[in-house]
Amino acid sequence: MAVSEAPAAVAEPGTVRHQAVVFVLMVAAFAVAPFVVYPVFLMKALCFALFACAFNLLIGYGGLLSFGHAAYLGAAGYLSAHAAKVWGWPPELAILTGTLGAAALGVVIGALAIRRQGIYFAMITLALAQMLYFFFLQAPFTGGEDGIQGVPRGTLLGVIDLRQTLPLYFTVLAIFLAGFLLIYRTIHSPFGQVLKAIRENEPRALSLGYAADQYKLIAFVLSAGLSGLAGSTKAIVFQLASLTDVHWTMSGEVVLMTLLGGLGTVFGPVVGAVIVVTLETYLAQLGAWVTVVQGGIFVVCVLAFRRGVVGELARLLRKPL
Amino acid sequence: MLKFWLLTVAVALGLGVAPAAQAQISDGVVKLGVLTDMSSLYADLSGQGSVIAARLAVEDFGAAKKGMKVEIISADHQNKADVGSGIARQWLDAEKVDAILDTPNSAVALAVNQVVKDKGKAFLVSGAASSDLTGKACSPNTVHWTYDTWALANGTGSAIVKTGGDTWFFLTSDYAFGHALERDTEAVVIKNGGKVLGKVRHPLNTADFSSFLLQAQSSKAKIIGLANAGGDTTNAIKQAAEFGIVKGGQNLAGLLVFITDVHALGLPTAQGLIFTEAFYWDLNDKTRAFAKRFAELDRGIHPTMIHAGVYAATLHYLKAVEALKSDDGTKVIAKMKEMPTDDPLFGKGTIRADGRKLHPMYLFEVKKPSESKAPWDYYKLRATTPADQAFRPIDQGDCPLVKK
Amino acid sequence: MILGIPPQALFGQLLIGLINGAFYAMLSLGLSVIFGLLNIINFTHGAQYMMGAFVAYFLLQYAGLGYWWALLLAPVAVGLLGMLMERFLLKWLYSLDHLYGLLLTFGLGLMIQGLFRNQFGSSGLPYVMPAELTGGRNLGFMVLPNYRAWVVVFSLALCLGTWFVIERTKLGSYLRAATENPALVQAFGINVPRMITLTYGFGVALAAVAGVLAAPIYQVNPLMGADLIIVVFAVVVIGGMGSIIGSVVTGFGLGLIEGLTKVFYPEASNTVIFVIMALVLLVKPAGLFGRAQ
Repeated sequence: MAVSEAPAAVAEPGTVRHQAVVFVLMVAAFAVAPFVVYPVFLMKALCFALFACAFNLLIGYGGLLSFGHAAYLGAAGYLSAHAAKVWGWPPELAILTGTLGAAALGVVIGALAIRRQGIYFAMITLALAQMLYFFFLQAPFTGGEDGIQGVPRGTLLGVIDLRQTLPLYFTVLAIFLAGFLLIYRTIHSPFGQVLKAIRENEPRALSLGYAADQYKLIAFVLSAGLSGLAGSTKAIVFQLASLTDVHWTMSGEVVLMTLLGGLGTVFGPVVGAVIVVTLETYLAQLGAWVTVVQGGIFVVCVLAFRRGVVGELARLLRKPL
Repeated sequence: MLKFWLLTVAVALGLGVAPAAQAQISDGVVKLGVLTDMSSLYADLSGQGSVIAARLAVEDFGAAKKGMKVEIISADHQNKADVGSGIARQWLDAEKVDAILDTPNSAVALAVNQVVKDKGKAFLVSGAASSDLTGKACSPNTVHWTYDTWALANGTGSAIVKTGGDTWFFLTSDYAFGHALERDTEAVVIKNGGKVLGKVRHPLNTADFSSFLLQAQSSKAKIIGLANAGGDTTNAIKQAAEFGIVKGGQNLAGLLVFITDVHALGLPTAQGLIFTEAFYWDLNDKTRAFAKRFAELDRGIHPTMIHAGVYAATLHYLKAVEALKSDDGTKVIAKMKEMPTDDPLFGKGTIRADGRKLHPMYLFEVKKPSESKAPWDYYKLRATTPADQAFRPIDQGDCPLVKK
Repeated sequence: MILGIPPQALFGQLLIGLINGAFYAMLSLGLSVIFGLLNIINFTHGAQYMMGAFVAYFLLQYAGLGYWWALLLAPVAVGLLGMLMERFLLKWLYSLDHLYGLLLTFGLGLMIQGLFRNQFGSSGLPYVMPAELTGGRNLGFMVLPNYRAWVVVFSLALCLGTWFVIERTKLGSYLRAATENPALVQAFGINVPRMITLTYGFGVALAAVAGVLAAPIYQVNPLMGADLIIVVFAVVVIGGMGSIIGSVVTGFGLGLIEGLTKVFYPEASNTVIFVIMALVLLVKPAGLFGRAQ
C-alpha cells in the first residue's frame, strides 16, 4: 500500500510550465546565495537535497520505504575519498567511482529487498545497511572512527581549481542540478508513469503485462546511484568520509527531510533538506535540542502535516509541485 | 583657540594611531574557540572545564588592562570527526576565530589539525593524545600541550614492566587514540623485555566490557592494559571487579586516567592504580591556588591536566600575540616556539620545532581511602620524569618540519 | 580444547551471550506483544527501555527507593506514559499504512532521547548494584557475577509468565481475538480500545523492566536504547512478528550465537544478527515461528 498521499504529478502542459518557473527561481536563488550565505553550508544543503531527491524517487514515486539509504551515501563517500586520496584520482573520476559503486550496491541490495513488500522491505534494507555499517567499521581502508581524512579537492577536469570556494560551489550546484533534472525526467517519462501505476496497484500493473519487479529494481538502482552522487560530492567538499554517513540515524534523517518537504513532490525534498540542514547548523549550539526538534517534526508531520511543506503549498495553489 | 585645535588634532591623531597598531590583530579581536566534548564520555575531564580554564587564562593575562580584546566561544564536537571539522571550518571561515583550543578525541583533533593548517590559523591541543600530532601529522600551525600517547607509554609502561608486570593484554579503544596508545605502549613493553599476549579492540563509549574482560582473563597476562579513556576506562575497571579479575591475580593498568575518573570510581575501587599525568592540583602552592579558583567556577570539580593545559597554552598564546602584535596563526605558533614558556601550572618549559610542548611528567599512585585527608586528595607522587626525557625524541617522530 | 579454543573461553562467552540474550528476549517480547496484538511497529521501545532505567535512578536518587521498588514502580510509571502516548497520539494512525506508525514512534523516540541527553549528557549515570546481588560464584571456567545470573533467571520467568498469560488465559484469548476481528469482539461487549491501550502499556512496561535490570550493570545513559533497538527489531523479525515464543527463543538464541561468534570471529559479532535476518526474510518472511498474514 502506498505511503505517499501527494497528488501524482500529471503531465499537463500547464504543469510543466509552472514547474519550469519554480525551477528557474530555485536555480536563481542558489546562484545568488553563496554571496550572501556561508558557501560551505550551502554546499552541504545541496548535497543533502540531492540525497533527499534520490530517496524521494523511491518512496514518493515508487512507494518503497527504504530504511537503509545511508548505505549508498556513505559507501560512495568512502569510495570517492579513497580514490581521491589514496589513488590520487582527479575529483571527477573520484565522484564517478563513488556513484557507480553506490549503484552497484543498489543492484545487490535492491535485488534482495524487492522480493518483499511494505514493512518487510523496509526491514531488509535496514538489516543490509547495518551489515554494511559494521563492515565499514571494521574495514581498515575506512579508518574506522577516524574516517578518511585529508581528502584532496583537486582540480576538476584539469581546469577548475576546487580548492577555491566559488568554483567548488558552482561545481556542486551543477552536479545537484544534473541529478535533479535526471530525476525530473525520470518521473515524467513513461517509465515514471509505470512506476506510479505499480505503486498504486501492483496486481493490476502486473495483469497489464508490466514486469513490476524490474521497474522497482531500476528505480532502486537509480535512487541508490544518485544518493551515491550526493555522497561522493560531499566527501570531496568536506574532505572527509566518516561513519556518520553510514549510520542508521542518517537513514532516518533523509526520511525526515523528504517527509517534511513533501513525499512525492518534485521540489519537496529540496525544501526539506534545506530546512533540516539549517536547523542542524543553527541549533548546533543548543546541543541535543537538534534531535528533539527533529523528532518533533516527525511527530507533527505524521499526525497533521503528512503532505509536507511543498505538498501543502501545492494543495493551496491547486497545482502539483 | 589654537590650543583647542592643537588638542583636537593631537587626540584625533592619537585615536588614529592606536587602531592602526591594533589593525594587525584581525578585526581587532583575538577570538578563541574551545572545541570540546560537552556531553559524552570526555565531558568531565575536558568539556565545560576547558572553557573555564581558557577564561581564567584570559583574565590572568590581563587582556582588558592591555587593551586587547579577547573573546571566547565554545562548541560540542560530539566525538565525531565530521562534526568537529565542520565546526572548525565554519569558525575559521565565517566566524573569524583565530585559534582553536583543547579538542579531546584524537580523531577529531587530527581532522581539525588539517583544517587549521589549510587556513593558516592556530591550533592549541590540550585534550587529544595521539603522538601523531607531533609526528607524521605535525603542522606549523599546531602546538601539542599537556601529554601524548608516547609520554604515557613511556611513563606508565616502563614503570610497570620494571616492577614485574611483563606479560600484557591490551583492551583498546578502537580509534586513533587507542591505536596510538596501544602501539606506543607495546613498543615500550617489548623494549623493556616484556611480551604482549593479545589485544582486543572495543568501540568508543562501550557500556558492557564483559566479553572483552573474559578474553583478557583467559589470556592469563599479568597486566591488562586499558588503552582507553574517560567513561570507557571507568566502566572497564568497575566491571573487572565484578568478574573477579584482580582477585584472580591479574592487574589493571590504566594507561590514561584523570582525576575525574578517580573521583567517579571512588578510592575503594581505584586505590593502587598507577598512571602518568602532566599535572596534579596539589603539587605546589601555585597549582593549589589555581585549583581553588577553578573549583569555585566548576561546581567543586578540581582541574584535570587537560584543563591545566588549556590554561597554560592560552596564556602562552596570548603572550605571543602581544609580542608579535598580530594573530596570524602561523606566525604566532612560530613565536610560541621561540619564546620559552613560564606559567604557574607547568613551570618553565619550551616548545619544540615539531610543536611538542616539553615539561616534566609525573607517575602517580592512587591513595588508599585511609590515606586521603580531604575530597580530591587522591594521589601520591611516585616518580618524576624530567622534561627532556619524558617525550619522544624529536628525530624519531617522522615529522616533516624537523630537518634531519 | 574444543575446535582449537580453550573451553574456558568458549563457555565463558556463551554464558555472557546468554545474559545478553536475556535482554534481547525481554525487549523483543515487548515489541512482539505490541506488534502481534496491535500491528504497531514501536520504534519508541529503545527510549522506553531507557526511561525504565532512569526511573530506577530517580527513585534511588530522590526518593531513596532501591532496586526492588524500582522493579515494581518503573514499569508502572513508564507503562502509564506509554498508555497516554497510545491514547493521544498513536490511535489516529490505525487506519493508515503501518509505516506511519513506524515514523511516529521513531520521531517520539528521537524526542525522548534528545530531551534526556540535553538534561543528563551522554556519559552515563551510576546506579548501585543491590547489595543482595553483589559478589560472584566461581564456576571454574569463569567467575559468574550473581547479578547477571539473576538477570537470566528473572527474564526467563517474565517471558514464560507473559507467554502463559497470552496463550493460556482467558484475558489472553480476548486479546488475541480482538486483534483478529475487533468488530466482532467489540460486539460481544468487550471494550476493545481499552484493551489495545492496556496491551500497549504492558509492552512498554516490559521494556521498562528490562531497563531497570540493565541499570546496575550498564550505565544509565540516554543513548542506551538507541543502538539496541535495531538489534531487537532484527530479533523480532526473525522470530516472527507476532509470535511471543518466537521472540523469546530467538532472543536467547541470538545471545548465544553472538557469544559463539565472539570466540571465533569477534569482528563479525555485531553483523551476524543482520545476516541471519536477511536470510530469514528471504526464505521465510513471516519469521521462524510466525504466521503468514
